[in-house]
Amino acid sequence: MIGAVEVKSPRSYLDSREGILSWLLTTDHKRIGLLYVFSITAYFLVGGFFALLMRLELLTPTTDLVSPETYNKLFSMHGIIMVWFFLIPSIPTTLGNFLIPMMIGAKDVAFPKLNLLSWYLFNLGGLVTLYALIRGGVDTGWTFYTPFSTSYSTTYVVAAALGIFIAGFGSIITGLNFIATIHRMRAPGMTWFRLPIFIWSHYATSLIFVLATPILAITLLMIGFERVLRVGIFDPALGGDPVLFQHMFWFYSHPAVYIMVLPGMAVISELVPAFSRKPIFGYKAVAYSSLGIAAIGFLVWGHHMFVAGQSIYSAMVFSILSYLVAVPSAIKVFNWTATLYKGSVSWETPMLYAIGFIGLFTIGGMTGLFLAALGIDVHVTDTYFVIAHFHYIMVGGTVMAYLGGVHYWWPKISGKMYPEALAKLSALTVFLGFNLTFFPQFILGYLGMPRRYAAYPEEFQVLNVLSTAGASILGVGYILPLIYLIWSWKYGKPAGPNPWRATGLEWKTPSPPPQHNFETTPVVNCDAYDYEAMKEELELV
Amino acid sequence: MNSSNWFRPVAASSISGEYDAFFWALVVVCGIVAVGIAIALLYFAIHYRRRSENQLPPQIKVNVPAEVTWIVLPFLFFMGMFGYGAKLYLDIERPPENAVELYVVGKQWMWKIQHPEGAREINELHVPVGQSIRLNMTSQDVIHSFFIPAFRVKQDVLPDRFTTIWFRATKAGQYHLFCAEYCGTKHSGMIGTVYAMDPHDYQGWVDRGAAEGSLSSTGEKMFHQFGCANCHHFDGHGRGPNLQRLYGQTVRISGGGSVIADDTYIRESILDPRAKIVEGFTDLMPTFKGQISEEQIIQLIAYIRAIGPQPVTGASPWIVQPGTTAISGTEPENR
Repeated sequence: MIGAVEVKSPRSYLDSREGILSWLLTTDHKRIGLLYVFSITAYFLVGGFFALLMRLELLTPTTDLVSPETYNKLFSMHGIIMVWFFLIPSIPTTLGNFLIPMMIGAKDVAFPKLNLLSWYLFNLGGLVTLYALIRGGVDTGWTFYTPFSTSYSTTYVVAAALGIFIAGFGSIITGLNFIATIHRMRAPGMTWFRLPIFIWSHYATSLIFVLATPILAITLLMIGFERVLRVGIFDPALGGDPVLFQHMFWFYSHPAVYIMVLPGMAVISELVPAFSRKPIFGYKAVAYSSLGIAAIGFLVWGHHMFVAGQSIYSAMVFSILSYLVAVPSAIKVFNWTATLYKGSVSWETPMLYAIGFIGLFTIGGMTGLFLAALGIDVHVTDTYFVIAHFHYIMVGGTVMAYLGGVHYWWPKISGKMYPEALAKLSALTVFLGFNLTFFPQFILGYLGMPRRYAAYPEEFQVLNVLSTAGASILGVGYILPLIYLIWSWKYGKPAGPNPWRATGLEWKTPSPPPQHNFETTPVVNCDAYDYEAMKEELELV
Repeated sequence: MNSSNWFRPVAASSISGEYDAFFWALVVVCGIVAVGIAIALLYFAIHYRRRSENQLPPQIKVNVPAEVTWIVLPFLFFMGMFGYGAKLYLDIERPPENAVELYVVGKQWMWKIQHPEGAREINELHVPVGQSIRLNMTSQDVIHSFFIPAFRVKQDVLPDRFTTIWFRATKAGQYHLFCAEYCGTKHSGMIGTVYAMDPHDYQGWVDRGAAEGSLSSTGEKMFHQFGCANCHHFDGHGRGPNLQRLYGQTVRISGGGSVIADDTYIRESILDPRAKIVEGFTDLMPTFKGQISEEQIIQLIAYIRAIGPQPVTGASPWIVQPGTTAISGTEPENR
């Protein structure tokens, strides 16, 4: 189809222009994707460092390494940085930015300058939050529950909230950009049902970005109004209602869970077909399930508040809706598994991450079913059971998918292959370290250990020690890719345009791609993952 | 402290057996499904591993009956979980009629508990085994959460309103009491101990603690100390409504509508008297905001309950009934 791809283009996006300004002022979606990789990696290291200190403190039942004040700041800043400055932007702004235009056969996103603006807003927000951190931190938890955050905390609440507020505009612009791009920039022949699932899931994610983020912005503004101007909104002493805050916060933050995990599902839906050499099983069911998750995800926020004092009848409505939103997730898990059936499965690193994702996401999802069961939730909510549950989704799910995606598209991004054996070893390390860190926390929660405790009764120590041991293994698993990927950027073997013999349009252009992605606009005449139609091109028999 | 074993916390309430049975049923069922998925994944990944670099496997796109099966079956399973979870929730949330009522005030960073007989404790809660106990809880500052793992109960404790939790201890012993909602610096120090006692021992403990007088008799002192009795006469001729036989009744309020005179309404009327004025009365009462503590409000509520129409909770050995020793002969004289 596209000739001369074997010869590396002399003008790839990486060397078409030179100098630091050519990066800082770029409007190329691929370069912006890399700028985001740089930013979120930095935030991940900061957030991870806080997690490490927390796990060290929890080695012993008493507070001996850090004071309770410091511990409270550690888990607050860990949550704030990991949620808003790593997980939410993680896949959409890096792999999404890099791949969405290429996957639909476009030269760039619909609004390239806005795309760059979003990176600046994101980092401005990050810097404001880091200012709060350096000045002394914030101790409200990432959830900012009132009236503690507005009337009792003496830490830098407003600065932290302002940082998140600013970064939120970056999210909104990214979502808007993706929606416009997917609607308007598809190549000839790229109909909606020929789109890779990656695009469907990012479309669903973008809808949530645009619809939910403004609610967070309003909520954070209200925190500022009450804290600074003493306008009574949430604090009963000023005439407000503290539970109102929880409604508003979770009305954003539950959909935000899907902002974090839908892009992970997007990546897995590419990896599984590519390493099984088969179309994804039940394409339409998987595509629609992303939209289903995005839609129903807006209606389940009350399941965070089953013991917060809401009526038992509204609790029942939120419980049943939470079970409904689990159905599309179950559909995806079954369809990914079925995609392997009678496939031609190869065990490269991205596939290891994908299989790991499916397993861990299943455990995370199923423990979500526990928490959606009203009576069960009463005992385990606000304990380590919840911590374990959402880390299985966010870390076992999203971070595994991110790493799998980074390895899968690394040849496209850098033009080089990563060292396979070392990568497999680190994938295995991540999987083992992760489970050792977080599985004991399910048991801790069931035994009754509350979350956000700097000190704890002695009977919980053994499980906490196991968890800390796991965290140190997990840390090694995360540092390894950072080292060998940077190494391979310079010393890796050249990858060629399509090292995996995969089907997406992004593989029909040189690695790394030229500045405008394609020499000529591609014309699409087959479905996504259509190996049958492409078997001559891919030399399959 | 009774200790839990490795994978089951101490079970010491009427609900904990039912809770654990459901919990472990979920573990088994979800475990089977999760292991099934893991086995299928690994089996497919090994059995269908790539045998030649150029291999093109059969291109299966969809199988509708399979797809429908794994949409419908999980849905039905989920609805079953919802139903049983809701049933357990009702059992946990709805207190039985005969529950004895205690009052809890949460504050940074301690639990204050008041018994109807007069005993007060901090970060300790003594309860008799076999008796349903209902706690009416409020917070003096931020949101806390009252959590007794051994009883499998938890409820957030909010400022400016009362929430309730109930349990019936089934096994004597000492159990953890935790604050489960992050409440500031010493959140992890806001812990206490629940002493579930043999009823006979408990009665002895109560008798030792009742020296100061019952909660309602302390409330009666407050009723005079704060000058409530100056306007709230018991003959209906005072400037304020008669509070006798008021508790639990429906009250018509000026401007239309009505309200049930429960703990929350009484508390609101003390702190913000203008919010819901009883029909036929004028806006005369000053606010007591800032002058009265949450504990004193609870004592006043206990007094108003005690002079209420009938015992609100059924026959319970630990509730001081109106007209019994603690109250008799103490009706405020009309002034």
